Amino acid sequence: MSAKREHGDDSLMMRRSAPPASSTSLFQRRLLLTLVPCLVAFAASCSKKEEAPAAPASSAAAEATPAAAPADKTLTVGFIYVGPKDDFGYNQAHHEGALAVSKLPGIKIREEEKVPETLDVQKTMESMINLDGAKLLFPTSFGYFDPHILKVAEKYPNVTFLHCGGLYQEGKHPKNVGSYFGYIDEAEYVAGIVAGGTTKTNKLGFIAAKPIPQVLRNINSYTLGARSINPKVETTVIFTGDWSMPVKEAEAANTLIDQGVDVLTAHVDSPKVVIETAEKRGVFSTGYHASQASLAPKGYLTGAEWNWEKVYTAYIEKVKAGQMPDHLVRGGFSSGYIKLSPYGAAVSDAVKAKADEAKAKLTAGTLVIYAGPMKDNAGKEIIPAGTDHPQTDISLESMNYLVQGVKGKLN
Amino acid sequence: MSDTTLGLWGIPLAVLGGAIRVSTPFLFVSLGECITERSGRVNLGLEGTLVMGAMSGYGFSYLTGSPWLGVLGAGVIGSLLGALHGFICGKPRVNDIALGIAMMLLGVGLAFFLGKPLIQPTAPRLGAIPFGFFSSSAQLRSALNVNVLFVIGVALAPLLHFGLQNTRWGLVVRTVGESSEAARALGYNVNRVRLLATAAGGFLAGVGGSFLSLYYPGSWNEGLSSGQGLMAVALVIFARWSPKRCLYASLLFGGAGAIGPALQSVGITTGYYLWNAAPYALTLAILIASSSATRASADMPAELGAAR
Repeated sequence: MSAKREHGDDSLMMRRSAPPASSTSLFQRRLLLTLVPCLVAFAASCSKKEEAPAAPASSAAAEATPAAAPADKTLTVGFIYVGPKDDFGYNQAHHEGALAVSKLPGIKIREEEKVPETLDVQKTMESMINLDGAKLLFPTSFGYFDPHILKVAEKYPNVTFLHCGGLYQEGKHPKNVGSYFGYIDEAEYVAGIVAGGTTKTNKLGFIAAKPIPQVLRNINSYTLGARSINPKVETTVIFTGDWSMPVKEAEAANTLIDQGVDVLTAHVDSPKVVIETAEKRGVFSTGYHASQASLAPKGYLTGAEWNWEKVYTAYIEKVKAGQMPDHLVRGGFSSGYIKLSPYGAAVSDAVKAKADEAKAKLTAGTLVIYAGPMKDNAGKEIIPAGTDHPQTDISLESMNYLVQGVKGKLN
Repeated sequence: MSDTTLGLWGIPLAVLGGAIRVSTPFLFVSLGECITERSGRVNLGLEGTLVMGAMSGYGFSYLTGSPWLGVLGAGVIGSLLGALHGFICGKPRVNDIALGIAMMLLGVGLAFFLGKPLIQPTAPRLGAIPFGFFSSSAQLRSALNVNVLFVIGVALAPLLHFGLQNTRWGLVVRTVGESSEAARALGYNVNRVRLLATAAGGFLAGVGGSFLSLYYPGSWNEGLSSGQGLMAVALVIFARWSPKRCLYASLLFGGAGAIGPALQSVGITTGYYLWNAAPYALTLAILIASSSATRASADMPAELGAAR
């Protein structure tokens, strides 16, 4: 029916444009005719190019259908990434977790990368469920949750959906949905100690995408860690405005280095460009998401990495045992959800000792990063003396300030 | 410690550095498109050519170990894509805009498909000429670290300008672009001229792409271009089809792009979203200021708007 209607529209348009136009309006009409496809193409190119590499995956999926259906004992697990799975960043961290899962007995994984946070992800989820027989899905990008996961989860109550980000709310969201996240700011705190102990100019640079609570928490923990060892340290923040802007990230790195910053880090989808620019300019860097050590053999100090392998394998055990995993899973060093990149050659033994000490305390839970009294960078008290906000404190997840020592403003 | 600080001087320095670093891909793509459009055809596919050039440049550099072979390879791939566009457009009743869009999708998709194994390895990159050798300031030296491709691009702009105005082939290209009937009457093969002009444009766009992956930001990944090729095509209109003005427009665009991060690095953080949009705001402002109801399209090659 809809096809008919479209066809009707088409012929209408053709009829409308059929009468011969005068020669003056011919050019205008041409201009319109050329502009419209331009816009359409631009929109299409945004979504199309993300779909293109996915094609082989779905054809492989189609072939796998007969094998997947009868095999009751094999658990098929689907992983969906928003970007390339080898991006030296967020998606690579998840992909490394997926690889670990694929090595477990009786597990088959399906991956699809570069899936936009649009209806596309719903299609991907449904095809993983219907064609591959996936019973457990890990749609990893933050924006997949609402409404996409919620919609598909209601439609398929027998499939479990686990989402990275911690957005699950008891009673509000479907029972077959869960959220997991790591307190990666603990690793940022330790990386900050390493940065603060290594910097010679006392200036650190932090290139971030957007001022959202998770990002702010990383910036703050990094700065607090650095100032715990070297109170003169200041962190300059540059927000690029989006998660993947290679040229702008390189510009930000260069201008920070010009301002005397000698340790750079980033919270963007892929810190690759930032780390490489730092190495090229001969300054230090600390990584994020996955290890970028191979990109900067001289200047890479350490990095805050996810350890999704730990989370994913634990989940799989539960699902295989027929249980619904916990709806909300969070953890830091103590649960092994996060890890540090091995220290680089430039890190001194004294700094290593300090960092290891903080890591041990964080693992044991005896070190509280957000402990009062604490001031924001405008001098306003944000945590009164005597108040502690331990890592599990939910109020930290709506952070909206930058601590003392951070140069930058939220607006 | 304090002698390394620049303070507010960092902003003009960042704009200068940004103009040199960021403008090169814009410059090459817009110069290429300038040749193509002067011959009376629009190649919107240059975004795809740029991405393809970035990928193949990185790939050739990785495989051969020589970044300059990478640049050359990117140019050759670019000219092949351009020639394909020119060839298909030479067929009767083919719309160059529609085909350009198809070529854009083809180039981008092909580059992502073939470039998958190139994300992880590290290829040899292009070096830079230290024009800042006279200065004791590390920042200035870094800003004046100029890649040879930028120098070539800057030299190419007046050269092309001269070539289009004063040489025989420039006259042929312009004739074809202004009136295909006249060119045909003079005995020139309109389609062949356009094919060559599109291939030459593709060559330059491919080289521009290799700059992205081989110098700045200097690695291959799928988000590398993010529309720079399309913007460069728009810059040609902004520059009113003049290679010289393409140079200014690219420098302006590159420099303005550096304003946002530079302001934040010195602690001016109010409205950074707005500053990040500076290149577009500036372009818009200049377009409005320089527009005129009477002479707006005087520089436009007549064949560009003509119905075929």
